[in-house]
Amino acid sequence: MQRAYRKKGDNSHVLQAADLACERGGRTLFLGLSFALSGGELLRIAGPNGSGKTSLLRILCGLLSPSAGVVRWKGTPVHSLKEEYARQLVYLGHAPAVKDDLTAAENLSIACSLAGLPASEAAVRAALERYGLPGKDQPVRKLSQGQRRRAALARLLLCEALPLWLLDEPFAALDAAAVELTRGLILGQVARGAAVIYTTHQADGLKESRVVNLDAAAA
Amino acid sequence: MLAAARCIVYRDLLLAMRRRSDVATALLFFVIVASLFPLGVGAEPNLLRSIAPGVIWVAALLSSMLSLGRLFAADYADGTLEQILLGAAPLGVVVAAKALAHWLVSGMPLVLIAPVLALQYDLPGSLYGVLALSLLLGTPVLSLIGAIGAALTLGLRGGGVLLSLLVLPLYVPVLIMGAGSVDMAAAGLAPDGQYLLLAALLVVAAAFAPWAIAAALRISAE
Repeated sequence: MQRAYRKKGDNSHVLQAADLACERGGRTLFLGLSFALSGGELLRIAGPNGSGKTSLLRILCGLLSPSAGVVRWKGTPVHSLKEEYARQLVYLGHAPAVKDDLTAAENLSIACSLAGLPASEAAVRAALERYGLPGKDQPVRKLSQGQRRRAALARLLLCEALPLWLLDEPFAALDAAAVELTRGLILGQVARGAAVIYTTHQADGLKESRVVNLDAAAA
Repeated sequence: MLAAARCIVYRDLLLAMRRRSDVATALLFFVIVASLFPLGVGAEPNLLRSIAPGVIWVAALLSSMLSLGRLFAADYADGTLEQILLGAAPLGVVVAAKALAHWLVSGMPLVLIAPVLALQYDLPGSLYGVLALSLLLGTPVLSLIGAIGAALTLGLRGGGVLLSLLVLPLYVPVLIMGAGSVDMAAAGLAPDGQYLLLAALLVVAAAFAPWAIAAALRISAE
C-alpha cells in the first residue's frame, strides 16, 4: 500500500493501481490491492474462479468504479480522464462483443471506428485473414464459438498503436494455432513498449509475465 | 466525434435491416392497435373523428415503447455496450446517435403511416398534415425520454414492465400537445402554439436527455 503512494510522482509507470478494493453483491473480492505497470511490461492477473479477475480488469479500464482506491494513468486518476483514457486502451472482455447479425468484417470495422481508430477495408480484411477468417460474408451468428473469439481478437491487429491492452481470457475457446498467434501478438506488443494486462486459466501463461494474485489480496 | 455518431447510426440501421421482423412488429402493432378502435366503438363517423387524434397518438406511444426494451439490452448482452462505453467519442454524443437511430427505425415510419390510419377515422384531409407534423415533432421526444428509461432499467429482471411504468407518465406532455394540436386544427384554430410547445419539448429533450442516458448507462453497466 505504502509503496504505491510513494510512486505517485514516478513517471516511468504508465498505469498505477493504488489500494484498490472491490465489492460485488455484498462480498469483498479484494482489498488493498496496489501495483504499478510501466510500458513494455506484461502482467497476468491470477486467481481462482470468482476471485474478481474480470472485475479488476473492468476497474482498470474504467467501466467499474472501485469501492476504494484509485487507478491512475500517467499520474492522473482515470475517472477524471474519461474518454481521453479510453482512447489509450483496448479492452477485450469476457463476451466477444460482436453483433450476431453483422459479418466479422462489419463488426471489426465498426469496433475500430468507435474506438477512434478507423481502419480501411483492406486492413480489416488482412486482420481477419491472419486470424483465419477469410472474407466470408456471412453473419457472425453462423460462426463457431472459437471463430467468434477469433473475430474479436482480430481487433488487436488493428490496435497496435495503443499503449495499453486489457485482455480478459484471451486464450479461451481458441485452438492451438490461434493461441500461438495471440501469444505472439501480446509479446510483440510488449516488445513495442506497450503495457499488457491479461487473465488466463491456462497453466501455460506467458513466461515473461509478472503476476498479481488475487487470492493473496482477498479479504 | 461526428464520425462515431455516424458510425452508431449506420450500425443500428444496418442491424435493423438485418432484423426487419423486429421493425415490422412495432409498426404492425401501431397499425393494429389503431385499427381496433373503429371496430370496437362502432362506425359512428362523428365519434371516430373526435377520438382519432388521441387514439393514434396513444398507439404511437405504445408502439414506440415496444422497441425501447431492445435499445440497449441487446448490446448489453453481447458485450458491445462495454465497447461503446469505452469509445473514443463522448458517451452523450454516442447515445444521442442511438436515440436518433431508434427514432429513424421506430418513430419515422409512424409519421409516414399515420395519415393512412387517419383515413379509417374519416379525418378531413386538411388534418393529415397536422397529424403527421405533430408526430414528426413528438416521436423524437419519445425516443429520447424512452432511452433514459431503457438505460435505467438495463439488466433488471422484469425491466420491460418497469420501463413502461417509468416512461409512460413522462410521455404524457407529448401526448397532450400532440393530440391537442390535431384537435385544435379540427376545431378550426391554428395549432401553432402546440407545435411550438412540442418543438420546445424536443429541444429540451435533445439537449439534456443524452447526458441523462449516458449517466444512467454508466451506472447500469457497472
